[in-house]
Amino acid sequence: MSDASTVPDQTGPLKTADGKPLKSALAAAQAHRTRRAFYLVAPLLFFVLITFLLPIGQMLTMSVNNSSFYSWLDRDTGEKIPLMVELREWFDETPAGTEPDEAAYAALVSGLVHARDVKAAGQIGTRINYDVSRTRSLFTKTARKAPKMEPPYKEALLDADEDWANPRLWGAMRNASKAFTIDFYLSALDRTRDDQGNIVKIDEERAVYLLLFKRTLIMSALITFMTLLLGFPIAHLLAILPLRHSNLLMIFVLLPFWTSLLVRTTSWIVLLQSQGVVNDLWVSLGIISDEGRLQMIYNQTGTIIAMTHILLPFMVLPLYSVMRPIDPSYVRAARSLGATSWTAFRRIYLPQTIPGIGAGGLLVFILSVGYYITPALVGGSTGQLISNLIAFHMQNSLNWSLAAALASLLLFCVLLLYWLYDRLVGIDNLKLG
Amino acid sequence: MTETAGTNAAPFVEFRSVQKSYDGETLVVKDLNLKMPKGEFLTMLGPSGSGKTTCLMMLAGFETATHGEILLDHHPINNIPPHKRGIGMVFQNYALFPHMTVAENLAFPLEVRGMGKSEREANVLRALDMVQMGSFGARRPAQLSGGQKQRIALARALVFEPELVLMDEPLGALDKQLREHMQFEIKALHDRLGITVVYVTHDQSEALTMSDRVAVFDDGRIQQLAPPDELYERPQNAFVAGFIGENNKLEGRIEEIHDDKALVRLKTGELIDATPVNVTKPGQDTLVSIRPERVEFKPEFFDPGAHTIEAEVLEFIYMGDTFRTRMRVAGHDDFVMKCRNMMGQPRLEPGQKLPISWHMQDARALEDDRAI
Repeated sequence: MSDASTVPDQTGPLKTADGKPLKSALAAAQAHRTRRAFYLVAPLLFFVLITFLLPIGQMLTMSVNNSSFYSWLDRDTGEKIPLMVELREWFDETPAGTEPDEAAYAALVSGLVHARDVKAAGQIGTRINYDVSRTRSLFTKTARKAPKMEPPYKEALLDADEDWANPRLWGAMRNASKAFTIDFYLSALDRTRDDQGNIVKIDEERAVYLLLFKRTLIMSALITFMTLLLGFPIAHLLAILPLRHSNLLMIFVLLPFWTSLLVRTTSWIVLLQSQGVVNDLWVSLGIISDEGRLQMIYNQTGTIIAMTHILLPFMVLPLYSVMRPIDPSYVRAARSLGATSWTAFRRIYLPQTIPGIGAGGLLVFILSVGYYITPALVGGSTGQLISNLIAFHMQNSLNWSLAAALASLLLFCVLLLYWLYDRLVGIDNLKLG
Repeated sequence: MTETAGTNAAPFVEFRSVQKSYDGETLVVKDLNLKMPKGEFLTMLGPSGSGKTTCLMMLAGFETATHGEILLDHHPINNIPPHKRGIGMVFQNYALFPHMTVAENLAFPLEVRGMGKSEREANVLRALDMVQMGSFGARRPAQLSGGQKQRIALARALVFEPELVLMDEPLGALDKQLREHMQFEIKALHDRLGITVVYVTHDQSEALTMSDRVAVFDDGRIQQLAPPDELYERPQNAFVAGFIGENNKLEGRIEEIHDDKALVRLKTGELIDATPVNVTKPGQDTLVSIRPERVEFKPEFFDPGAHTIEAEVLEFIYMGDTFRTRMRVAGHDDFVMKCRNMMGQPRLEPGQKLPISWHMQDARALEDDRAI
């Protein structure tokens, strides 16, 4: 009978000696440790939430945010004032594509009067201007005249400017009065809506974003490939040298890290410009003629060279950390089994460095997709990347929603790549150090 | 396989005054000469840093000899790259390719030799069966235990049927029981396949149980090259005597010497009998080495007329199959006597004093090279 009491009940869940279920006993025993671990992580968690996830969320909302046509933030009181209330009601009641009637024009005029009172006419005009160009002045100009207008408002408005009859303008206003819009994504993908509200491609000569996305991805891939090409032998050398030599070499690899990004970029300008060191040297050596000086900066070449140099450590370090622990006896074994040194490298060494190649490649690619300073400084017009355009929309055109839409697309691209990498190589194979 | 095959048959592997230096200042291998006949199991035994692994690496082609020649089947191989030497090798950490399955690992040497797929598969299967791992072909090395990895490494080194196989401390990472088991398996494979094996280890019991001949390395030289029994029973110098097995050492000076009989006066004044090994004349300093299991304490087993020496029991240790008695002899506190745990074997008490003796051929008078 003594034996039976010590044998756990095989039919139910396992229990501890005093009859508590084993699982809950284990959880209780570990709860304290789990809590303590959470306290350690908590500051970082809050930091990441506030500084990373919230801004990203805000960016995503911003990219579909449509409020500038119907909402105005009073800077003095901090109050949100609704705009174009009657016109929005009219849009709600009528289906898309309805010919605007007198009621609609009346609603528009009263909206413009109100907007002028709260000084929001410019914002409304800017919003419609995104969709239909050269309309900002139409709004501000008409808003000035609106208080004096009398019914019938249709004639009054068309008197002020014939453009008010333009169906595209009315379509744009209808779109702009919806709570959310994907129009910014459409323009970020070189698409727009025609008069009937169908999504169409914009004119070839005005299409710029898709081209830039494509260029960004191609150049990033090229830069990643170049860093791999240059970084692999360095990392291999670092990995096979005795530690005291490799530490010294590692300092050289890390040296760019310790130098300001701006200094590194400008020194490339000094080196590569047409009157720069490299061109001077080649001319003096007679490799190229004085007239035939090569344009190596302020174009794609310059961006690729400078970014390859700047991002090289991000490739070398993950590669090194993967190569260091690879036992040299693997290659020796392959050699003793009859493989030439090339076969041993290709079949035995290279496959074992895949996690490092993947990690370094992903790191460099993601970094270069979003790179801003270097292309801005040395890219000229052909070496600009999508990030430069995002910056343009944030700083110059002040179309933050479009900037947010572009940035969201970029984020989506990177996530897609991340997912692809996970499917092909496996994210748990990633080794960064 | 006879124990003396090594000395007579034509050499299959030969080292001719090979020297090796890594830094140009010190020699790791000093003037190595070694001849191995086909089919021999030769072990290079020695402490770490004695040059044994360097010798193996030179034979495999991963290190180049600084001076001298290495011949394989009468052809110098100094300038032949490793992959053309056709030598199988088993590494200490197994070096199984982690990104390949067991079967792919085994197929690798056949693949690089351009063997067809079906023939390759048949060979791999045969090699796996040879090490009793037939059903493990689809596994990854990480899914194998230490002993299984060892077997696969062995199979991989043998699958392309090399005539010479090198093993670099292949059992070093296994626990004692498994190691002993694998020793038998490797030895059995060697006997069955008739391959020539050069085996490097620092474990003397491994060397003694497996080898046809053992080369004891120290300080870049072969100190003694002999079959295991000869090595154990007739060590040629103080290093070998100390390195192989347990030994009691007594310091003294040669009093008299005749052909195979020496009389030694110990530092404390006692006289003992010994067999001279590399001492030649009276007055020479000597180390007399005696195996613990050859020490006798029962007067009925003493040689008639042999000298005896007084011993005081300090400690009696029960070891299961043997008794180990530590005693003070001629001023040494670490003199050990081992005797079998058999019926009626007396257990000595600490403090007990008794005379001990040994057969003259078991006490070997070696040159005391510490004094030089």
